[in-house]
Amino acid sequence: MEQLKTIGRELAMGSQGGFGQSKEFLDLVKSIGETRSKAEEDRIVLHEIETLKRRITDPDIPKRKMKEYIIRLVYIEMLGHDASFGYIHAVKMTHDDSLLLKRTGYLAVTLFLNEDHDLIILIVNTIQKDLRSDNYLVVCAALNAVCRLINEETIPAVLPQVVELLGHSKEAVRKKAIMALHRFYQKSSSVSHLVPNFRKKLCDNDPGVMGATLCPLFDLITIDANSYKDLVVSFVTILKQVAERRLPKSYDYHQMPAPFIQIRLLKILALLGGGDKQASEKMYTVVSDIFRKCDSSSNIGNAVLYECICCVSSIYPNPKLLETAAEVISKFLKSGSHNLKYMGIDALGRLIKISPDIAEQHQLAVIDCLEDPDDTLKRKTFELLYKMTKSSNVEVIVDRMIDYMISINDSHYKTYIASRCVELAEQFAPSNHWFIQTMNKVFEYAGDLVNVKVAHNLMRLIAEGFGEEDDAADSQLRSSAVESYLRIIGEPKLPSLFLQVICWVLGEYGTADGKYSASYITGKLCDVAEAYSDDETVKAYAVTAFMKVYASEIAAGRKVDMLHECQSLVEELSASHSTDLQQRAYELQAVISLDKHAVENILPSDASCEDIEVDKNLLLLDNYVQQSLENGAQPYIPESEHSGLSNISNFRSQDQHEASIHGLRFEAYELPKPPVPPRIHAASLEPSTELVPVSEPSYSRDTHQVETAASISDMGSSELKLRLDGVQKKWGRPVYSSSSPSTSNSTTPNTVNGVTQVDGAVNVNSKTRSTRDSRKPQVEISPEKQKLAASLFGGSSQIDKRATSANHKVTKAGIHAPEKAQAPKAAVVSNQVTVEKTNHQPSPDLLDLGEPTVASTTPSVDPFKQLEGLLDPTQISVTANHGAVGTTESPDIIGLYGNASASGQSSSSEISLTTNRDDVNFTVGLVDATVSTAHAGTTLPTQFPKGLNPRDSLEKDALVRHMGVTPSSQNPNLFRDLLG
Amino acid sequence: MGIRFILMVNKQGQTRLAQYYEYLTLEERRALEGEIVRKCLARNEQQCSFVEHRNYKIVYRRYASLFFLVGVDNDENELAILEFIHLLVETMDRHFGNVCELDIMFHLEKAHFMLEEMVMNGCIVETSKSNILSPIQLMDRA
Repeated sequence: MEQLKTIGRELAMGSQGGFGQSKEFLDLVKSIGETRSKAEEDRIVLHEIETLKRRITDPDIPKRKMKEYIIRLVYIEMLGHDASFGYIHAVKMTHDDSLLLKRTGYLAVTLFLNEDHDLIILIVNTIQKDLRSDNYLVVCAALNAVCRLINEETIPAVLPQVVELLGHSKEAVRKKAIMALHRFYQKSSSVSHLVPNFRKKLCDNDPGVMGATLCPLFDLITIDANSYKDLVVSFVTILKQVAERRLPKSYDYHQMPAPFIQIRLLKILALLGGGDKQASEKMYTVVSDIFRKCDSSSNIGNAVLYECICCVSSIYPNPKLLETAAEVISKFLKSGSHNLKYMGIDALGRLIKISPDIAEQHQLAVIDCLEDPDDTLKRKTFELLYKMTKSSNVEVIVDRMIDYMISINDSHYKTYIASRCVELAEQFAPSNHWFIQTMNKVFEYAGDLVNVKVAHNLMRLIAEGFGEEDDAADSQLRSSAVESYLRIIGEPKLPSLFLQVICWVLGEYGTADGKYSASYITGKLCDVAEAYSDDETVKAYAVTAFMKVYASEIAAGRKVDMLHECQSLVEELSASHSTDLQQRAYELQAVISLDKHAVENILPSDASCEDIEVDKNLLLLDNYVQQSLENGAQPYIPESEHSGLSNISNFRSQDQHEASIHGLRFEAYELPKPPVPPRIHAASLEPSTELVPVSEPSYSRDTHQVETAASISDMGSSELKLRLDGVQKKWGRPVYSSSSPSTSNSTTPNTVNGVTQVDGAVNVNSKTRSTRDSRKPQVEISPEKQKLAASLFGGSSQIDKRATSANHKVTKAGIHAPEKAQAPKAAVVSNQVTVEKTNHQPSPDLLDLGEPTVASTTPSVDPFKQLEGLLDPTQISVTANHGAVGTTESPDIIGLYGNASASGQSSSSEISLTTNRDDVNFTVGLVDATVSTAHAGTTLPTQFPKGLNPRDSLEKDALVRHMGVTPSSQNPNLFRDLLG
Repeated sequence: MGIRFILMVNKQGQTRLAQYYEYLTLEERRALEGEIVRKCLARNEQQCSFVEHRNYKIVYRRYASLFFLVGVDNDENELAILEFIHLLVETMDRHFGNVCELDIMFHLEKAHFMLEEMVMNGCIVETSKSNILSPIQLMDRA
C-alpha cells in the first residue's frame, strides 16, 4: 500500500516537472524513507556522503543539480551526520541570481551554521546586497538569514538597511524587518535606541506586521512593564478589534478570529496589569468579552480561554472575572481530554494564589489527575499540590511526592522533586520526628541528588531538638533517629551524604540512651567504613564517630574494649594515604588512652550544638598587640584603607620591613595560622590558655567542636562545614519552636487568630487520620480517594456546590466585612444547613452563636450591626457562601479569610469525629472567654465552632459527616439523595 | 524565546524535518532527538500531548505515520502550540493537497520555507495561510 502511494507520488512528481528533481534524488529519498533500521539509514547516508564529496567539487554542475546537492546535504545533517565538506557550496549558492536557488542557499546556510561560524563573513556581503534588492522576495530571504546568522559584531553592517526596511511598501518585508530588529535587540544592547520603532510598528496597517511586533514588545514588557503602561489602551483596543473579527478572514483559525494574536495580546496584558489596579480596570471588559466569545468546544477556543485565565490571575483581581475563570477551570477539569485536564490543573495553580479555596471544589478531579498513569499530568498536579501545601496537608503531599520520587528514574526530575520535598518539609513540618523520617526517605532514595546543606540542617535539628527546654522530648527524638538509622544502615548502597549523617548521629547519640552498647554501635560503624571503603568522607565520619562513642564510654567511667575489627580499621587508617584519615586515626588512639577527666574536657557529651561565640574583634589578642606596639611595631591598617596597594608589594614587605605600613598587618594575619581554631579559642577558652596549637591533644573544654570543625574543614574534598554559626539563620528556632505537632504556620502572617486556628486544624487533622477509616464510604468515590481528598483539602467539601452558586448574590450585595468576620462560623453553619436543609436554624440563635466568633476572629472590626442585617434576610446563602468569598476580597482580607475559613472548615469537619462531646459544655465556657482574649491558646479556635453549636446540632453534624463525607461538586445529587 | 525547535519524526523515529531556533551541535541534536522521540513515541493516545523534558516542554501531535514535535519554553501556552502544529499541517495540506510524509521528504525545502514564514526568532509571526504560502507560490511560478 505504501509502495503504491510512493509510486503515485512519484508519478505526480514527474508531471509537476517544475521541481526538476532527478531520478537520483527521488531514489535517495525513497531509500531513506524505506529504511527500517538506524543502521541501514546510516549506511545509505554514508554512501551518500561519499558520492557528494566526489561530485560537489565538480566545477560545472548545472544550477538545478547543485540545488539538489544542497538539499541532499541538508538530509545528511538532519540524519545526524557531518556535512561540513559542503557548507561552502551552500554559501556560494546564496550568491545565485535565481530566487529559488538563493533562498535554498540561505536556508541551507541557516541550517548548517551558527552565527559565529567562520563562513558567515562570506555571506554578510551578499546579505547587504540582497537587502537592497528590488525584488521583495529576495529582501525577505535575506531578512530571514539576518535573523539567523547575524551576530553582535556584524549587526552594524546591516542595521541601517534593516531600519530602512521598516518603512518598506511590502508588509511581508516590514514584518521580517521588525523580527530582524527583534533579533538584534536580543543579541546586543547597542540597538536599544531603536526600541521606539517597535511602538511605532504596533500601529502598522497590516495585521501581520502588528502581530509580529507583539513579539518584541512582549519581550520588552517582560523586562520593564512600567515603561509601557501607556500602551495598555492600545493593546486593549487591538484585542477588542481582533475579538470583534475586524482582522482579515485569512487570520481566522477554526472560526476563531486570529487566536494566536489574541493569545499574545493576553500575555502582554497579563504583564502590564500585574499589581496595577488602574491598568487592570481597563482590561476587564475586553477579557470578559473574550471569555464570553470563546468557543469552548474547540482546542483553540480553550487555548484562548486558558490564556484568559492566566491573564485574570495575573492582573489586579476582579471578582467577576475570577468567577468566570473558575467556571472555565472546572470545565477543563471535568473534561475527558487529558490535555484539558492538564491545562485545568495548571490554571488552578495560577488561580489558587488569588482564591485559595478554589482547589477544594475540584479535589476529586485533582486526585484523579494525581493518580493518573500519565506522568505529565501527575507532575503538573504535584506542581499544584506544591503551591497549595500548608501545615495541615504537608504530610500527605510530601508522602506522595516521595513515593513518586522513588518510582521514577529521570534524575533531572528526581532532583527537582527531592528539593521540593525538602523545601516543603523544612517549611511546614508538623513535627521534628516526621521531619527526620521524611528526610531519611529523601536521603535514602535521592541522597546523591540533594544539597549538602540539607544534611547539615538535619544533623542540626537532631542535635538541637525542639529548641525548648524539653530534654525528654529531645532525647526521645534522638533515640528514634538512632533507631531508624540503625535500621537503615544495613541497606545496601546508601548515598554517601546520608551515611555521613548516619555516622554523625550514631557517634553523637548512639549510646546516649543506654539502649545500645558502645561495641554494638562501633561495630555498625565499622561495617559502614568497610562497606564503603572507597568513600573517604564516610570513613572520616565513621572514625570520628568511634572517637565520640569511646569518649563517652570513658567519660562514663567504663573501660573501653575496642573491637578487633575497629582496631584493625584504625590501624589501617593510620597508614592511610589521606592525611585527614591518618590524623583522625591517631587522634582516636590518643584519646582513648587518656583518663576520664581529660576525655571529658576534650569531648564533652552532647556539646555539638552549644553556641560558639566567635569574637570577631579578637579581643584576646589585645594584650599581645599592645605588647608589639610597645616593642615598636606599626599599628594595623585595615585592608580598606590601603586597598590601592598591590598584593605584590604586600608580599615583598614581609621580607624587609621597608614598607612599614604593612608591617603589622602581616603579623596580624600570621598569628591565627590554623584558620579555624583561634576563632573558637577566642570564644571558648579562658584567656590564660590562649593560642594552644590545635594539633596537640590537650584541648580544653569545648574543643570537641573545634575538633569537628577543624578536621572537617581540613578535608579539602568536601565543603562540609559543621560549624554551626551560619546555619542558625536558616534554621531559626521559631520554625520548630513549639513542641506540639502544631508548628506555627509561616504562611499565615496576616492574623494572629488565623495562625492559631490553622494550628488547631493540624492537630485535629493528624488525629483524625486514624479515625477516618471509620467513615462510611460513599457510593461512587473510593474511600481512599476520599481520604486523600480529606487530608489534602482539609476534609470539607460539602460547601462546594452552594459556594459557587450562592457566591454571586453576596458579592453583588457588596457586603464584605461581615462575611469575613463570620467565616469560621459560616463553615459550621453550613454543616447544619446541609443537615436540615428544610428547617433553617432560627436566625437569632445563629446570631447568638455568631457573636463570640466575631469578636475573637477580628477584634478590631465591629460588625455586629452589619452582621445582623446580613444574617436575617439571606441567612442561607451567606452561610453557604463561605467557600468562594475569598475571591471578592482584597488580598489581605483574603489572607485572613483563607486562614480562618480553612481552619474553620477542617476543624468543623473533624471535630465531630474526633472530639468527645463531653467537653462541649466546657468549650462553650471557653468561647466566652475568647471574646475578651483574642490571643487565646492554640487549641481554642479549633474548638469554638463546636462550642458554638448546641449539642444536638453537633451530633447531627457528625452524622452527616459519617454519611456523606466528601460529596464532590460533580455529584451534588448524590448528596441530596443521601439527605433524603 | 518561545519555540526552541520543531521536529517531524515518523513512527520509526526517523527524523523527517528538524528546525532549531537555538544553535545545537550535531551531537547535541542527535542526543536530544533520540531522547525525546523515545519519550513521545512511547505515549498512547489518551495521554497528554505534552511532555516535560529537562527545563522545557515538548508539545506533540501525531498525523498518520508522522509525529510533529515542538519544544517550547515552560511559560508557553501548550494548547496554542498544539493548534499551531495543526495550522502548520493545514497549511501544508493546502499547498500539497492531502500532505503525507513523502511530500515533506521530497519537498523538504518547501516545508522549511513555510516554517520560515510562520516562525522567526522562535516566535509565531504569521498565521494567515495565504500570507504563508504566497511567497512559495510566487517562487514556484518563477
